[in-house]
Amino acid sequence: MPDDGAFAPQFVSARHRDETAELGMWVFIATEVLLFGGLILGYCVYRHAYPAAFAAASRHTEIAIGTANTAILLTSSFLVACAVDAFAEETRKTCVALLSGAILLGSLFIVLKGIEYAGEYREHLVPGLDFKFSGELANGATLFFIFYFVATAIHALHMMVGIGLLMVLARLILRAPTARHRAALHSAALYWHFVDVVWIFLFALIYLPGRTA
Amino acid sequence: MRWRPPFALLGAWLALLALLALTVTLSFVPLGNLNSGIALTIAATKAAIVAAVFMELRHRGTRTYIFAGAGLFWLGILLWLGMMDFLTRT
Repeated sequence: MPDDGAFAPQFVSARHRDETAELGMWVFIATEVLLFGGLILGYCVYRHAYPAAFAAASRHTEIAIGTANTAILLTSSFLVACAVDAFAEETRKTCVALLSGAILLGSLFIVLKGIEYAGEYREHLVPGLDFKFSGELANGATLFFIFYFVATAIHALHMMVGIGLLMVLARLILRAPTARHRAALHSAALYWHFVDVVWIFLFALIYLPGRTA
Repeated sequence: MRWRPPFALLGAWLALLALLALTVTLSFVPLGNLNSGIALTIAATKAAIVAAVFMELRHRGTRTYIFAGAGLFWLGILLWLGMMDFLTRT
């Protein structure tokens, strides 16, 4: 595979350059962990304060769509991991096909999320937009849905960025893959998997509580 | 040349889907306070599979572990100190 051989003076080799890029991606992911960590801390504090309201509000989320979206994201991560594995001059069409599959699944996730948001709007579950929740649990339920919309919207934004990254990489790899694209694909894949991990936790915190009542 | 998905990736993907089915099923089984613990344990297991296999941490060395672990370490401090007052106040 061609490599332009160019690397900045602080690196001793192209491999050094690519390893540094990977470590840089992990540093970025650490900052992202803390971004979502702050949200999750808020969730824990309010769930501790309003356990019954959080269980009741959680029951109003669409577990069918949530589960389908989790399966979709896990599968998209599998396809991206396969694309990294298939990255080679001879199999670049397979690599691009796998990336396209992940892009499609990522887009499907966003569409399902939109359908879910529309349903919640119709059921008056959007805080600030004619929010209605019967009984004494309304205050805690409002807090749950504020967390739900903020966390899932920030997550969806990350998904859109990820879809954009994969689209650019698929185009570049289809044209002429170089060793630099391998490092770029690897970094984008790390980001995609991280967004998947965030969703794994959001799914457990948003959709699963309160199902037994 | 034909490309085939490596066994590890295929196995991780199937394990993740199985864990998803398990966690959704168990969330409907009344187990009291255990329910949320089970949901979070399964979520952590899924995250570990993604990190080890898809993010290739199992092929990496100490240096990458330090960088990847830094985020977890600070997250631990955030959640631990943040929740301490609420979990211990009587």
